[in-house]
Amino acid sequence: MQDDKTPMIAIRDVVKKFGSFTALHGITADIREGEFFSLLGPSGCGKTTLLRTIAGFEPTTSGTIAIDGKNMADIPANDRPTNMVFQSYAIFPHLNVEENVGYGLKTRKMPKKDIAREVAEVLSLVDMEGYGKRKAHELSGGQRQRVALARALVMKPKVILLDEPLSALDKKLRDQMQVELRSLQRSIGITFILVTHDQEEALIMSDRIAVMFEGQIEQLDTPEGLYRRPVNKRVASFIGVMNFLSAKVTEQTDTHLTLDMDALGKIDLPRDRLGEDITPESIGTVGVRPEMLTVLFDQSDWSQNKVEGEVVDTEYYGDMTYYKVRLPGRDAPLSISMRNTAGRSVVPPGSPVTVGWGAESIVVFGD
Amino acid sequence: MKWLSVKWLTIYAVVYMIFLYAPVILLPLFAFNTSTIIAFPLSGFTTEWFVGLWHTDTLHTALGNSMIVGLTTAVLSTLLGAFAARASARFTFPGKTGIVGLIMLPLVLPEIIVAVALLVMLNQLGMPLSLWTVVAGHVLICTPFSIAILSSAFRGLDRELEEASFDLGESRWGTFRRVTLPLVLPGVISSLLITFTISLDEFIIAFFLTGTDVTLPVYIWSQLRFPAKLPSVMALGTILLAVSVLLLIAAEALRRRSASRQGVETTLAGV
Repeated sequence: MQDDKTPMIAIRDVVKKFGSFTALHGITADIREGEFFSLLGPSGCGKTTLLRTIAGFEPTTSGTIAIDGKNMADIPANDRPTNMVFQSYAIFPHLNVEENVGYGLKTRKMPKKDIAREVAEVLSLVDMEGYGKRKAHELSGGQRQRVALARALVMKPKVILLDEPLSALDKKLRDQMQVELRSLQRSIGITFILVTHDQEEALIMSDRIAVMFEGQIEQLDTPEGLYRRPVNKRVASFIGVMNFLSAKVTEQTDTHLTLDMDALGKIDLPRDRLGEDITPESIGTVGVRPEMLTVLFDQSDWSQNKVEGEVVDTEYYGDMTYYKVRLPGRDAPLSISMRNTAGRSVVPPGSPVTVGWGAESIVVFGD
Repeated sequence: MKWLSVKWLTIYAVVYMIFLYAPVILLPLFAFNTSTIIAFPLSGFTTEWFVGLWHTDTLHTALGNSMIVGLTTAVLSTLLGAFAARASARFTFPGKTGIVGLIMLPLVLPEIIVAVALLVMLNQLGMPLSLWTVVAGHVLICTPFSIAILSSAFRGLDRELEEASFDLGESRWGTFRRVTLPLVLPGVISSLLITFTISLDEFIIAFFLTGTDVTLPVYIWSQLRFPAKLPSVMALGTILLAVSVLLLIAAEALRRRSASRQGVETTLAGV
């Protein structure tokens, strides 16, 4: 989190209490300028509350939020350099698209001609030309979302806050909007903060993600960092699928540890593979992603380590096949995903298989 | 079986409508009758009772008084109702259920009790009876109606709309003017209209609390003591009926237009 520049948003020890309930337990984070930043977590983890404190809708109980170096403590929402895209989109139902998008500019007492120009510009940016005279109820969900985004963009804020903006859309539209929103953000360079409970959405769109549980940031990292190096089991199981196996350190040298893992057997790992907070004594579990395991089809498939097992379930998805493979000495089957590349057949349930894995795919967790 | 129930429901509906509206139909019928005696058969057509109303100064004074009381009551009770409705729709606070219940109580309290209680209190305070004491009483009984109407209007208002306005740089007052008010306007109009109508035909409180200035219902009651004046009262009633119907039609038309402008489908019952 060390940066040579001042962060766009500096959040320091922010605590938010609603009566006796503490929604945020001392959040500290820096959000960089031009970054697509996501707050990811299950419902009730405090991510929306954090977004609302940044927007100025909720005062903080303690701690500070600074935007572009300026403390926001005494600045109300209507004076902050942030604009929000609401979950319900909050399109004003009595105004048409143009009036909605121009709402904030009218507040700034901008001349009508300039408002019309700015509105037309931003509507073309979000691909909504020709919809200016429509009312909110004449728009589809995706179009409302675009109008809500345009209404925030036209204000040229330093930060755009998005509160689960895609959750009301159907899957296909959502996938499309994720890509569009991401490329729009890259082209205009405004800092975006997205609240989402959808890990896939966060991974696709974000430069960095803060994973939140129970009012705290559990891990703040790049999508790849979160996926490959989750700091604990909770983050690991929230981001993607992870097979967990119990493990113990049996031998230690200055540079290496020897781990004895459930079903997979022994492995040597360099010490620097351990996370900061993990001591060799605390290790109790390792994790391995489904795609890091391989079903070996013939002798030409090479793998560092091999173990014999039996397929108990096969899910065929066309491009991918998901296997559940039971290994001797372990009740819960392992999840394995395989790309269906040329020449790879699908193994039916009941077949014996050889599972291959590599030492570099093992993630170590403290308990 | 189905045929039978449809038939009985139709009969029930027709009888119900006759029971409801037959007395009202009698009003214009006798208002245009030449005889001063209210009885069938009708004796002939005349408009002299209406012309007579035109020359009755005491009636004009009573009508003026009723207008002052009605308009003031409508504005005050709608204003108070808006505050209470917004508070109960938006915020949670300790004792909310009890407080709202107390505010709504005059809705079910017998009016005569409210009237007597107010009279006793005003006497104790040494306040002279006037049209303003009538207004005070009417605001008391009209505010619950206003709250009931406006509560649904404010509840239907998405909180995020006001936040969005605030977020876009608008002030609290500007948000109220540009977002909140246009969206609750149909409810406000309904409330103004209904509270005005209640005040206009309210008799008991007006009778107890008015001094020498009588309102229209009190005037009508005083006229009923003279049998010869009965046709005039019928004529007056006919005018009031026509005005009420026109007012309601206008309000409903206005409300529908405003609702369709918002893109919200509502029925009168849903107001």
